[in-house]
Parts: sequence; structure tokens; C-alpha cells
Amino acid sequence: MAKGAKIAIAGEGGQGVQSVAGILSEAAYDEGFEALYIPNFGVEQRGGVSVAYVQISDEPIGSPKFKIADIVVALSDRAVHRTKKYVGPNTVFVYDADIKGVDGALPKNAAKVLAIPAIRVAKEELHPRVFNVIIMGAVIGATKVVDIDVAKKALTKKFGYKFEQDPSLRDLNYKALERGYELVQG
Amino acid sequence: MAQKPIEGEKKVFMTGNEAVAWAALAAGADIMYGYPITPQNEIMHYWTRLAPKYGRKFLQTEDEISAGFTAVGGVLAGRRAFTATAGPGNILMQESMCMAEMMRLPTVLVVTQRGGPSTATVIYSQQEVTMTCYGGNGEGFRIVYSTAGQQDLFDYTLKAFDVAWKYRFPTFVLGDGYQAKMREPLVIYDPEVRGVTITPSEPYMAKSGKPGVDRPPTHLRNTYNMEEELLAAVNELANAYAQMAPQVVESQEFETEDAEVVILAHGVVSRAAQGAVKVLRSQGYRVGHFRPITLRPFPDEAIKRVAEKSRRLFLVESSQAQFRKLVTDSLYGVSTPLTSYLKPGEGITVDEVVAEVKKLF
Amino acid sequence: MAVQPQPQMPKVWRTETKPHKFCPGCGHPLVLKAIGEAIEELVIEERVVFGCDIGCSLLAWDFFNLDSIQTHHGRTTPVITGVKRANPDIIGIAYMGDGGGYAIGSQHLVNAATRNEKITVFLVNNTQYGMTGGQMAPTTLPGQKTETSPYGRDPETTGYPTLGPEMIAAITGPNAYVARGTVSNLRQLKRMVKRALENQMEGRGFSFVEALSLCPTNWGTNAEETWHWLEEDMAKYFKVGELKVPGEAKEG
Repeated sequence: MAKGAKIAIAGEGGQGVQSVAGILSEAAYDEGFEALYIPNFGVEQRGGVSVAYVQISDEPIGSPKFKIADIVVALSDRAVHRTKKYVGPNTVFVYDADIKGVDGALPKNAAKVLAIPAIRVAKEELHPRVFNVIIMGAVIGATKVVDIDVAKKALTKKFGYKFEQDPSLRDLNYKALERGYELVQG
Repeated sequence: MAQKPIEGEKKVFMTGNEAVAWAALAAGADIMYGYPITPQNEIMHYWTRLAPKYGRKFLQTEDEISAGFTAVGGVLAGRRAFTATAGPGNILMQESMCMAEMMRLPTVLVVTQRGGPSTATVIYSQQEVTMTCYGGNGEGFRIVYSTAGQQDLFDYTLKAFDVAWKYRFPTFVLGDGYQAKMREPLVIYDPEVRGVTITPSEPYMAKSGKPGVDRPPTHLRNTYNMEEELLAAVNELANAYAQMAPQVVESQEFETEDAEVVILAHGVVSRAAQGAVKVLRSQGYRVGHFRPITLRPFPDEAIKRVAEKSRRLFLVESSQAQFRKLVTDSLYGVSTPLTSYLKPGEGITVDEVVAEVKKLF
Repeated sequence: MAVQPQPQMPKVWRTETKPHKFCPGCGHPLVLKAIGEAIEELVIEERVVFGCDIGCSLLAWDFFNLDSIQTHHGRTTPVITGVKRANPDIIGIAYMGDGGGYAIGSQHLVNAATRNEKITVFLVNNTQYGMTGGQMAPTTLPGQKTETSPYGRDPETTGYPTLGPEMIAAITGPNAYVARGTVSNLRQLKRMVKRALENQMEGRGFSFVEALSLCPTNWGTNAEETWHWLEEDMAKYFKVGELKVPGEAKEG
């Protein structure tokens, strides 16, 4: 089978799900992979959960959406309910440990279900604005589709002007990426 | 004059809507007329940002009826004019596109199919095939390209401006919401560096010289008094269309040579079919794929050739048999059995196609 | 032909397509005469694109030695808008009836006016749909009998006649030209037509002239009744005059 990953990331508006997907897929593309990213949009999204579908592969990508993901990341209770259907026996299902009352809703058929304290880490250790970068780190950590240095390069490409104005932002983002990566290990 | 929109060629990672806007710029489109509808909107968004830098224009109209008819007006004035729409907007544009058929006006219309019937979803479908090919009270005297991704959207939007003006039929680029909204890599280029020529436009109206004195006036009508007059006019259109068809018709084949089962699919679904052929071949199944690129004119000869030498046809589409109608019409008299897999308004994956095709072995 | 002398017709009339196809007593040829003369006096024959609608106005598709396009019902305004936007050197004329302008194409008329499109719309008001056989139009007068209001138009159930120029005057900016003329005063109608075209030529903005007109065929009137209907009944409801003239005194 081709090397790569099918990734679904879902959350509430403002959690930065779509920008994670955008940066990640472009990073993979810059590394020479085929990459395809599509958001849910319009009426599908208004007042609902924001879902990003990313596919990274070393072969041309067939259809833009998929039935079963290799990794699903759910960042709110509604997102857990919404994305369960993308889980299959080989799927790693990641959700935030601070989401309450979803234990019964968690998928039973996943290869692995992983609770990570991303929201807490963002709030207590780093800064709430890098929450989605932690998630990006987690996705990379779980899929290993791109190297963490590639992700850093992609972040710099995207936020370079901000990093130049305030170098501490660069450190903050890199740290967020690394923390996210660590959260899904072991 | 402003510089070229694209110098040389460039590898980029963008949405289909963005690719269309760049292609229209590169093709030398002069003016876009548009009305908001999802999932087409970003074609306008990119166009309105880019166009003024290259001396191009935009008009936001009051509805799609007007967007279609103002595009007709732009063509009459001799400009490369285009519009873009989807679903209910496509319905409203059929009126003006019928007029363009009757009067041989080379409008370019980009359709990003959404779900139907009615408002349905803003996401994706292949349910605008019948309307785009045969909509309105016409005879389908149009050229319709069904694209399968960002590179196609760029290439065939360029081509649409060329063939529209070369053959003077309204020309459609039939994409869908997936292609409109997804990001993937493609190469955008200045057509000149690839040797791609775009037929120049010319005015139908207000040419130089005093009408009736230096030259006859242009008098265009779509109303005829007598049945015989209309028959003659439509016959002339039909003949012109038949002559044009062999120059324009396009299709693609993937491993059809020794295929027992041939998958028939168009547009973005062709990607799933291509992926399935790869998987199935690696498992020893003799499977091929035939993809019409032009749905109008339809590649009748090519599909017949493929159908006649295969044991079974497997047709897959995101509509309740709109594509199948084109296929079965084209294959009249061919006895190869056909199985279909129809998912109106939903995407189709490689895995699904693989699983379905295996049932045929 | 021994029928001489004929009245002087503008050169922009295309003799090959005469006699024209309008009914005897129709008001269209009078309005077209005013338009033709104005175009000739302004010497813009080479620049004009003349669009006509569906309904009796379509019969004007080959009337002039002008580049002409016959469009769909109500869609002449957007076609001419598109022409003008694509090539602003063109003088765009949209010629239509009351059904085309005030009913099926009303959204186009309203929005072209509010956008101050630099085109000219001439709308012929004969209080009913002529081509389709005399149905009620937005301009049908209260009590007027038509094929679809056989007992007379009842404002309770079908509303009051559309006051087009008044509406256009209300929704346009100061650079629009808006007037209502009548075929019973051709000199004045021609002045209005000319000013409307000049407004476009000077690049000021939208121009609109409604012309009160005649349809003895569908009104079922003789000559005397026809003119009485135009000059008395219609004039009572539709006030003739200029409603908006950029920077100048109005006529009427």
C-alpha cells in the first residue's frame, strides 16, 4: 500500500482546525508528497462542527473524501459524535481529555483511543492561541507523515512575518508543536 | 499593458476555484459576470482580487439570470466573457445559455456541481450533468468538459475559452464542490510557454463602419415566424455541431486493452476509478477504466470500442443515473452488460469501487 | 410604387425590411421613429447596439440599420448591461414593452437603475401584453378589460398600475435621466429620447424613457377611441414629463 495517511480533524469554530489542516497538507506537499485537503463548508458547517479532511500519500490521491481515516482528532463533544463514523479497526482516535461526558460516545472499534490534555497544556503551560499547533504536533506524532522539522518549516512559512516581529512567538509555536508530538507518544 | 498574470510556469497548491480564476486570467478573459452561490464563490473572490491588476473587469449582477445574460452581452461586444455558478444558479443560467446556443455565442460557464434536487447541499454531486449538457429548451449544442481535479480545471478552463471562440458554441467547465474547495498541487502556466494558443475573440456588434452604409448591420434574432424557418436554423446548428464534434471530443483510457471489466466514470469520480484499477490490477484482476472528458460532444466511438471488447461494464457516478443516460444512449446496440453503482450527491471512494468491482469476478 | 409623397423617414430605417411588421395603428413605429431620428442627429450609428425584448418589441430586431440583438423576455436590460460593461464605447439601448420591463424583467430594470448602469432603456407602455394577445400587464388601468381581466382590472386583487418612471426616479442617483413621453407628442418624445442618449454619451449614468403608446388591435378601439384612451384615460394615470434631469431644469 501507498505510504501516507488519511486524517480527519474536527472541532468547534475558532479552534483552528482548518488552518492546521492547511499547514499540514502544504508541508507534506512541500516535502514531495501528494496532498489533498478539503474542509466541510457552507450550510454543512454553519452552526455545526468544523471538519477538515486531509490526505497525504506518495501516490496520486483518488477521491477527496474518505470513509475511514487513519487518524481522527476530535476537539469537542460534538466533534466526537460527528467523527465516530470515520473510525475503523486501524484508526487511531484522539480526543481532548477535557471533554466531559463523552465516554459512552467514544468509538469501540478503533485500533487505539487516546485522550490528550491539549486544551489544558495550551492554557496552563503555553498559550491558548497555540492550541491548534499542539494539535498539529499531535497529528504528526500519531501519523509520522512528515518530520517535525518539516512542520516547523511550514509554520515559519506561514507565520514568518509574525515570527520576525516577535521571536518569542517562534519559540512558543515550536514548543507547542513538540508538546503535541509528545502527547501522543507511548 | 499590465504584465502577464503567470510568467512561465509554477507549481502551486491551491483550491479549484482559485485555479479557475488563474486560468481565466491566463486565457485572457476580459470580464466576469457573477452572482454568489456556494460552492462557486471563491472564483469571484479570487477574480475580483486579481482582475484589476491585469486590467480585467467584474460585474456582480442581481441574479444568475442576469449573470448569464450579461455574459452574453460581453460576448456580443467581442470580449472573452465568463460566469460561474452551481445548482439552482445553473437552472437560472440555462435560459441565457439556450440563447447562446441559438445564436452561436461563445460564453464560458464554470459549474461547480452541488447536491440536488432543489437547494439540497452546497457540498458536492454529479447531478448537474443532464442540465449542463441538455438544459433549457435546446438541443444540447454545447461543449461540456468534465474535470477531475485542479490540473484539469486549469487546463480545461484555458481550453474552454479557446474552443468556445473557435467553434462558437457555449462552453462549460463542469467541476464540482469537491474540486472547488479542495487544495491539491497543480502547475499553472502561461499558455504561450506551453504552445497553447487561445483563439482570439471578435465583436459581433459595433464593428467599424457605419451599419447599412459601409457594411450590413448585424441583426441577431432567436425568434422565427415559421416552422420551416426554425427547422432550417436548427439543422444548420446541428450540422455545425456535428462538424465540430470530432475536433473537440476527448476521453481517457486506463488499462482497457485487456480489461475484462471496464469502469465507466467521469469527473472527480474518475479518480476513484483510476485508484481502483491500480489496486485491482495489483491483486490480479483485469480491470480498466474509461473516462469521457467531454460529456458534450460525447466520445461515442471511443466508448463503443472499449465496451465491445470487454466482458462487463461497471458504471459509477454521484447521481441517480444522469451519466448512465449519456452512456446507454451512446452504447445503443452494444450488448455488453452494464452494472451501475449510483450515489446521488455523495462522494465515491477507491475502496468502494474496489469492493463493488470484485463482486463481478 | 406610385404612392408618393411618403413622409420623411430617418436614414437609419432599414428600407429592406419595410414595410415593417407592426399592426396598423401600432405605437411602436412612432417610438422607433423618434429613436431613429435622435440616433441620426447624434451621429452615433456606428456605436449603437440596439437590443429588443420579447413581445411586440421583438419585431424591431431588423428594423434599423443598426447592430441589433433580439433577446429573451425581460432580459434585454442585462444583455445591454453586459455589452456596455464589456465595451464602454458602445451606446447601449434596451428597447422593451411594459411586461418585459415592469414584470418579467423588473429585477433587472431595478438593479440596472440602482447600479447606475450607463445604458438607455426605452420602454413602450400600451397597458397590456400585445404579442401574446392582450393580457393584463403591470400597467393595465383600473377597470380596463383584458383577456386575463375580462371584467376589468380590480386593484383590490391585482393592484394598481406600475408607475415606472416614478419608481426609477426614486431609486436612481442624481446622474440618471428619467422621463415619460407619449406618442401623441412626438417632438417632445424625441427630445426626451435624445437627452436620454446624451446622458449615456456623456457617461453620466442610467437613462430611462417610458413612452405611452397605442394598441388598437388589442384595445379593440377605432381611431378616435384609440387616441381618447391614450390622451385622456392613460394620461390621467401616467403623467407625461421629465422626472429627473442631471443638473438641468425639467421639462413638463
